[in-house]
Formats: sequence, structure tokens, C-alpha cells
Amino acid sequence: MRAFVIAVFAFLYLPIVLVVLFSFNAGHHASEFTGFSVQWYGKALSNPFLVEALKNSLFIATTSALLAAVFGTAAALGLARVGVRTRAVFDGLLGAAIVVPGVVIGISTLVALVQLFAVVNPFLASVWPGDQPPRLSLGYGSIIAAHGLFSMALVTMIVGTRLGSLDRNLVEASSDLYATPLTTFRSIVLPQIMPAVVAGFLLAFTFSFDDFIVAFFVAGAQTTLPIYVFASIRRGVTPEINAIATIVLVASVLLVVLAQWQLRQRKPSN
Amino acid sequence: MSAGTGTVSMHGNRFRHNFLTALLLAPATVWLVVFLVLPFIAIAVFSVGERAPEGGYQAAFTLAQYANLPARATAFWNTMVLAPVGALACLLVAYPVAYYLALQAPQRWRLILLALVVIPFWTSLLMRTYAWMYILGGRGIPALLAFVGIEDVRLINTPGAVLLGIVYGYLPLMILPIYVSLERLDRRLLEASADLGATPLSTFLGVTLKLSLPGVMTGFSLVMILLLGEYLIPTLLGGGKVFFIGNALVDLFLQSRNWPFGSAIAITLVLVSVVVLIVANRISNRVAGARRVDLI
Repeated sequence: MRAFVIAVFAFLYLPIVLVVLFSFNAGHHASEFTGFSVQWYGKALSNPFLVEALKNSLFIATTSALLAAVFGTAAALGLARVGVRTRAVFDGLLGAAIVVPGVVIGISTLVALVQLFAVVNPFLASVWPGDQPPRLSLGYGSIIAAHGLFSMALVTMIVGTRLGSLDRNLVEASSDLYATPLTTFRSIVLPQIMPAVVAGFLLAFTFSFDDFIVAFFVAGAQTTLPIYVFASIRRGVTPEINAIATIVLVASVLLVVLAQWQLRQRKPSN
Repeated sequence: MSAGTGTVSMHGNRFRHNFLTALLLAPATVWLVVFLVLPFIAIAVFSVGERAPEGGYQAAFTLAQYANLPARATAFWNTMVLAPVGALACLLVAYPVAYYLALQAPQRWRLILLALVVIPFWTSLLMRTYAWMYILGGRGIPALLAFVGIEDVRLINTPGAVLLGIVYGYLPLMILPIYVSLERLDRRLLEASADLGATPLSTFLGVTLKLSLPGVMTGFSLVMILLLGEYLIPTLLGGGKVFFIGNALVDLFLQSRNWPFGSAIAITLVLVSVVVLIVANRISNRVAGARRVDLI
């Protein structure tokens, strides 16, 4: 049993280790490890298209994760105050947002937004006083919104779970001592759910930063890092991709470890 | 129950309570309606429409798109075979790992090992699949085999490579729910079973496996549903030879621009997913009562 488990862990990590290893390969191919070099990192980071894609991904991931953290936390707090039936409706929708495959989320968002723009853009053009009416189109906004859907559902679930295990005695003690609801929230509830909010933010960021399929449909003319990497992989595997993959893998591992560590924080510091 | 509930109703201010609740839920509601419910309605409407001559959509009410589904029979067939087979392969690898983690691993190692399972799950599927492309590709294992004299081994762009990618990509998602259900298992039941003379095998089949079935069904149905919509793994490791429904959807929406037909396929995909979820739920409810396993 133990040997099997060790083999599975090796299976899980060996490919990642190989990519990292070969990103430092001076030679071109896996079959020829010709020495240590960071040249592929240099090549990757001096590629303007790649840097542009990286910046886009960072912006989209930060924005969608922030929105998800705020709205998701608000939703979790709100759901703790409603009846069973309302809750069931929300749980169903949030579950759907998480479980429906990305490819379906991608195409349905694409279809809906294109239809919406077809109505809104002529309307804007007709009421706009100047010559250059604003035109809505696919891009940052649509990727952020589509990523935010999954991320918000995720944050709501993580924070909701945390709220469920909240120490009720502290809340009651606080109101018995004549704290206003706002004070109780700020000094009792918020510190206790904060690790869950932070973990939710980090996981949402990681999801958005890593997502390919949803962005592939709704990106319009924009490029995110996974879209760029996918396109370069299709053009042919180069060691440059190993370097990008290593950067992305290391970044996501750090964020996930941080998120897990936050989730395990039992007692808040204040 | 949240912090506010008791306090506010104690003051008897129902209106303020409801207003605040609505305010908290408003952004999420708008988001869910605009980016989940409306898009779903949109593809449902599109799926009974017609393709406009220049591509895109033309309003109509016809089931022609659904009648045309057999035109993509290969994609459906590949998906409907490789999704359950892939989920099953995942399950066979995942169960022993989850069992070891939950019941046998030393306490101080448990959390570390569990974190090691979670990390790949949250790491880019694209990058992880790419790693296998690199390993299975012409300059990876085949080149190494050629070095020791075994020539012309073809690994990438085969159904086997896709299956390997599936197991690799979704293993963590299968291990987690099984681990959760095994970890909750009342160990006294195992002792009781052994005390009553059951062999280890019959204890495993009659107690352990049975009580972990909700976790198994959660993992199996989640992996299977995500596999039904998979695009990256067949594209990168199947190299255009192993087509999934996801590939058909990308083609219909981004290349040949037949949106109504693509919508019909997407709706069918969602319906199949719902059926998978319902069946999985039924099975785990029947076997082990209503013990739910949440993932997060």
C-alpha cells in the first residue's frame, strides 16, 4: 500500500519536476541536457507579447479575485440571514457556477454578451451626443466577469463554511454587552472569517490566473498568459515554454500553500 | 445563522434586517443572473434557432439542431467512452491513496500529504498537461527509448495518452472527497466487524467501502462532469486524433461559427451532466443514507 502511494505521489510530481529541470537546460531538447542555463527565462521575459499577456493575466486575476472576495463574502453573510428556501435557490445556483464545465460557461457567456452588445451598442450610438460613441466589446471586462462567477461562488462557499462554525457565544456575549451590530461584526465576526476571505481571494486569483478555457471564448482580442502559452504550444514545444510554465507553477504553488495555511488559521491574532 | 440575526430581531426592526440582507445578496444575485442564468437561457434559445447564412444566429423554432447531433457522433462517442473510463481509472488509483491518507498514514504526515494532493489540483491544468506533452512527445520518452535501442515508439496523440492525461489531471479531485468520507468513518465499526469474526476483506467490502461510497460517488460524478467538457487534454495529448465534445464546441463557436448547432450540443452536455449528478446522488443516498460530502 505504501509503495503504491509513494508511486502515485511520484506520478503527480515527476512531470512538474521535469519541466522545472528542463527550463534550466542549456540545450534545446529533453534528450540533450547540455548544462545549466537561465537563457530561456531571459528569452521569455524579453518577449514583449509574453510580457503583455502576463500583465493582462495579473490584472484580470487581481480584479476578478477582489470582486469575488467582496461580493462572495457579502453573499455568504447575507445567506446566513435568509430562510431555507431562498438559501436552497442560491446554493443551487452557486453549485452550478462551480460544477458546470468551463467550456459551457465560456460559450454561454460569449453568446449572451454578443447578443447584449448587439442591442446596447446601436442604442449607445443613437443617444451619444459626440461623434465617437463608446462601444462595448469582449475583452478585460468579459473575462473578469466570467472568472468572477466561479470565483464568487467559491468564496461564498468557503466563507459560508467558516460562518457556520463561528463561535455563537462570542456573538451573543458581544450583543449582551451592548455592542452595536456593526461593532459586533467588526470586532467578532470579521476577524474570525478573515482567514477564509483571504484564502478565497488567493484561490480565486489562482483559478483566474490559470484558467484557459473560459478566457479562450470570452477574451475577444485580448490575450491572457494561458491563451498565449496554448498558442505557442500549438506552434511547437520550445524550452521557452518550460521557463514560463515554471514561473506559473511556482507562483500557483506559493499561492495555494498560502491559501491552505490561511484556512488552517484557527485563532485570529486579535 | 449570522451575527446580525439575533441582535436585530431582538430590536424588532424587521425592515432594516431585510434591507441589509437584500443589500448583501444583491451583487451576487446580479452576477448569477447576468452571467449564469441569462447565458444559459441564451444558449437554450439559440439551440432551437437556425444558423444565419453568414454564420451566427437567426431566430427560429426548430429541433433541427438536435436532430443533427449525430453529425458529431465521434466527439460524443469519444467523450462518452473516455469520460467514464477516465473517471474509473482515476477512482482505482485514488482509492488506495485516500485510504492510506485517511486510515494508515502517521498523524504528523497526514496534513502534509493532503496538502501535496491539493496543490496540483489548484495548479494550471494547461501547464501540467503540457508537462506530459513534453514527456510523451518525440523528444521525451521515445527519444530515451531510442537511445537504448527501442525505436519508433509512439506515445503522444493516442487515446492512451489522453487517458493518462485525464488520470493525471483529475486524480486530486477524486482523492479529496474519498479521503473526507473515509476520515469521517467511525473506526469502532471496523473493530466491531473484526471482533465479530469478519475477514479483513469482508470488513472492507461490507463496512469501509460501503460507508465511503458517498465520497466515491461525489468524486466520480465531479470528475466525470468536468471530463464531459474537457478540451485541453484531448487537444494537447490527443493531437486532433481524439476528439471530445469540448473540441466540437470550440470548432463550432470559434471556427465554423455554427452557433445554434453548438448551443444544442452544449445544452445536451449540460443535460447529460445533470443526469450523471442525479444518478450519483441516488446511488449514494440509497447505500449510505444522506451523508453529503462537500469538497471545500
